[in-house]
Amino acid sequence: MALPSPDSDQWQNPARVFALGVRESLKSVLAYVLFGTFIGIGALAHDTGFSLGWALVSSALIWAGPAQVILMSSLHSGATAIQAAIAVTLTAIRLMPMVVSLLPMMRTPGTRFYHLILPAHFTAVTFWVEGFRLFPLVPRERRIVFGNGMGTGFVLICLIATVIGFQMAAKLPPLFGVAVLALTPLTFLYSTALNAKQTADKVALVLGIALYPLVAIFKTGVDILISGILAGTIAFGVHVWRRRR
Amino acid sequence: MSGFIGDWHALWILLIAGILPNGVWRMLGLWVGGGIDEGSEVMVWVRAVATAILAGVITQILVAPPGALASVPIAFRFGAAAAGFVAFLGLRKSVLAGVIAGEAVIIAAKYFLG
Repeated sequence: MALPSPDSDQWQNPARVFALGVRESLKSVLAYVLFGTFIGIGALAHDTGFSLGWALVSSALIWAGPAQVILMSSLHSGATAIQAAIAVTLTAIRLMPMVVSLLPMMRTPGTRFYHLILPAHFTAVTFWVEGFRLFPLVPRERRIVFGNGMGTGFVLICLIATVIGFQMAAKLPPLFGVAVLALTPLTFLYSTALNAKQTADKVALVLGIALYPLVAIFKTGVDILISGILAGTIAFGVHVWRRRR
Repeated sequence: MSGFIGDWHALWILLIAGILPNGVWRMLGLWVGGGIDEGSEVMVWVRAVATAILAGVITQILVAPPGALASVPIAFRFGAAAAGFVAFLGLRKSVLAGVIAGEAVIIAAKYFLG
């Protein structure tokens, strides 16, 4: 079932719009990938000695796969809370431009700051990609409710997967561990490529992949940030140059 | 319930080293993004930087992967990403096709190379 047309009565009922958001989250291909990734995160929590409650709080309130993996593996290998916080926050920088680029799509003149706190929390690669794909099909004044439904659906999927992964950890074959860990880079790559519609985005993706290994040679500790700003700015330059011609 | 939560100290560390270091960037995005127009040129730049940072995260995971993925040689890790990309483009930009093709290469490499 596709989303109702923009003039449909269904958009008048907030509960119905929230339910549509939940439904779209369950229909998303990325939901299956999230499910696999968070089985891996649940299993890792078990293997690194964290409780199930801890893992669930982490999935709901960190809500960013790479950060959770890095937090658990660094704490387990003896890092202090401060060292772990620094490693985690470097992976989380990407969330800021995602929020900046996605939230204007949800805003209307009547939108207050606090209306956007929950959608900002839900923003991670899945929500970002699916938001860009689906928000244009949703009437602007309903996008926050729809987004909250979609984000709630994604989080629920991940909480269920965290429990399953935690309970099954000891029984999972090593081959499965490899497959689950490979899900994150593969999904990130193809969903970002899908989202890259403008020239600037395409150039940024290719340059970002090419520049990171070069910047990483200098081991600055903020390699991802430097290569990202550099590649993104060059891509923007290409965009401006093409527009002027 | 003590087994479910475990040790409360660990929850404090989760807050300080996990929840706050992520939340702060999201809220900063909300604060900074408040005044920027959706169709503006600044937004093109912000989106390009977001995309490039994500590209960096992807490459970092492929170059220095966490856990068991490191046991698959780097040529196969990049080979899997490339094979998946071909499938993604070939099947009308299907993310699912890309992930399945990439996973097939990774799983085969792990299975046959050990």
